[in-house]
Amino acid sequence: MNDDDFRPRVLVTKIGLDGHDRGSRIVAAACRDAGMEVIYTPPWQSIPAVVKLALEEDVDVVGISSLATDHLIVPKLMTALREAGLGNVRVVVGGIVPDHEEKVLIDAGVRDVFHPGSTMVEITGRMREYAREARRAEAGADAESKPT
Amino acid sequence: MNKPEAPHLVAGAETPHERWQHEFDAAVDDGREVTNVSGIPIRPLYTAADRAASGSDEKLGHPGQPDYTRGIYATMHRGRPWTQRQLIGLGTPDDYNKRLRSILDRGATAVSLIPCNSVYRGLDMDSVEPELLGTCGVVVDNADHMDRCLADVDVGRVSCAMNDPSPFTLLAFMLVVAERRGIAWDRITGTSNQSDYLSHCVANHMFYRLSLPGARRVLIDHIAFCRERVPRWNPMSVVGQHMQQAGATPAEAMAFTLATALQNAEDCIARGMDPDEFLPRFTFFFDISLNFFEEIAKFRAGRRIWARLARERLGAKDEKSWRFKFHAQTSGVDLTRQQPLNNIARVTAQAMAGIFGGLQSLHTDAYDEAYATPGEAGARIAVATQNILREEAHLTDVIDPLGGSFYVESLTDAMEEKIVAIMKTVDDAGGMYKAVEAGLVQRMIGASAMRFQQRVDSGEQVVVGVNKYRADDDAADRPAVERPDPIAMQRHLDEFRSAKAARSSAAVEQALDGLSRAAESGDGNVFAAVVDGARAGLTNEEICARLRRDLGFGQPLVLV
Repeated sequence: MNDDDFRPRVLVTKIGLDGHDRGSRIVAAACRDAGMEVIYTPPWQSIPAVVKLALEEDVDVVGISSLATDHLIVPKLMTALREAGLGNVRVVVGGIVPDHEEKVLIDAGVRDVFHPGSTMVEITGRMREYAREARRAEAGADAESKPT
Repeated sequence: MNKPEAPHLVAGAETPHERWQHEFDAAVDDGREVTNVSGIPIRPLYTAADRAASGSDEKLGHPGQPDYTRGIYATMHRGRPWTQRQLIGLGTPDDYNKRLRSILDRGATAVSLIPCNSVYRGLDMDSVEPELLGTCGVVVDNADHMDRCLADVDVGRVSCAMNDPSPFTLLAFMLVVAERRGIAWDRITGTSNQSDYLSHCVANHMFYRLSLPGARRVLIDHIAFCRERVPRWNPMSVVGQHMQQAGATPAEAMAFTLATALQNAEDCIARGMDPDEFLPRFTFFFDISLNFFEEIAKFRAGRRIWARLARERLGAKDEKSWRFKFHAQTSGVDLTRQQPLNNIARVTAQAMAGIFGGLQSLHTDAYDEAYATPGEAGARIAVATQNILREEAHLTDVIDPLGGSFYVESLTDAMEEKIVAIMKTVDDAGGMYKAVEAGLVQRMIGASAMRFQQRVDSGEQVVVGVNKYRADDDAADRPAVERPDPIAMQRHLDEFRSAKAARSSAAVEQALDGLSRAAESGDGNVFAAVVDGARAGLTNEEICARLRRDLGFGQPLVLV
């Protein structure tokens, strides 16, 4: 799988109560321009809706934009993804996340947190890397589950 | 810069301006074009020739005289400084009340109330994730909660700006509280901040609750109700702030805001109201970005355009209707998480631009806003910044101190031209309501947001500590985050559940039917029914849900 063939599939969304979507729209457009398959939703998605979409669209990375404390329910999303068998999907959070709450997110399994000031090149580069990780982990899991 | 000066071949034949131009060109040969965010080319020097081209000094006029380029009052900040209005709201009603009273004890007469995002969404506290309750505003879901928010506060004396989108449940709760305390509604003063449903829809912020036609109807009902029953309340706050935060350029934000004000005023006129009765209660709310002179020119140009529109297009005859009263907030988008104390300098420059732009009321952001909901320490510095600018830096001594500046007047003209051109695009689309319905405004703002991000990513727009002068920032500068006490919030939730259960279900049904009757009858006043519902103990979610059912639910437009 070389770089030209690899098309990461990413879901860019917002969960919780807040609707500030400037960041999620810009990141979604940047991922699209960087050659990824982007599934984008309006704000205010529920956790079950995000899990369902991640499953149906077979995404490698879920990007959650949080500007107004909605990241506090991301650990619940992580649990729901695992329960749905999507433990290999990488989850990243972008927006306003205080230091000690970033640690809570990472401990809950979030792959990375993008803070204000991250460039689109940094974000899309890392999204691509995490998508590759997710794809490899999934391939590994498939190989293990096959009878030899 | 150390190049030799251009030779003066024919000394004396050159005008001073030509000589300057030669010297400038010889020294600065980088060919750099400077354009402001609104897309106006900025030259290195403005002169008396630009002033002459801009027109006579009569056009500039005097403060308090139409078209108000120099300010809407004769006295401006020399007579009465701007109102210092900081946004507050966190946790339970008791938390809010404690904070409010400490602010009032320190002499504030103008306060604000920011509700929890669950309230904005039209949801009660028992139907959202408990982790999110009270993290961005106070959880106030019924009249009893409002009573506790305002405990021991004289609601007939304090001017309160409430972030209270359609259908204005918070104002309804407050009116019920006033009634219980025997305070006449004509003593209530303040503003329905965020009553502008169009800007909420455009910026896709948290407030989008009713369908566009439903929100349009309720807004006009609310304006009509307040005009009759709560005459000192400002029911209409037209908001440019959301749109600029969402990415609109300063010129776009002003143009879309003026177009929104026109739309709402024309809707009121179509309802049979006289513009001179409602326009004096229209207020505006803007963002102040770090583009210092561009912001000053934006405000001066906006003031002038509004006076003309109110007079010529809306037919208002009273000068009070022509005055462009505005509150402004320093832009959070410009603040950085990196080296957060730098934000104090940014907020200072933004606030100065707003003050020179002639604002009536100001909120300065706390330096920690790119990091978390502001804490006490950050909020204190934000207030001190205003006090320093007002009382130490002498910014209130002279009215419109930049008036007559070659650059500022020329830029004011250029911004005016740009704003009028954008308004024409909206007009051609059938006005702001239709332009928003079709997604035109949203697409323009999205494109501007993208352009700005590209300017930052390419380094063309410097952001200190982010794309230039980066340093290992000191995590110690980032204060600890305050979150509501989960035990107090749980108690608030338990009390809410039992209060809801204790109501007579017949009375609740009757109140909900009242809402439906008003919504279904073409000529009933929906806001009056919201007040009746609040009096009968309906909650925010119950009122919003019923009106969503009857007037339609607003769906966000998806545009990438």
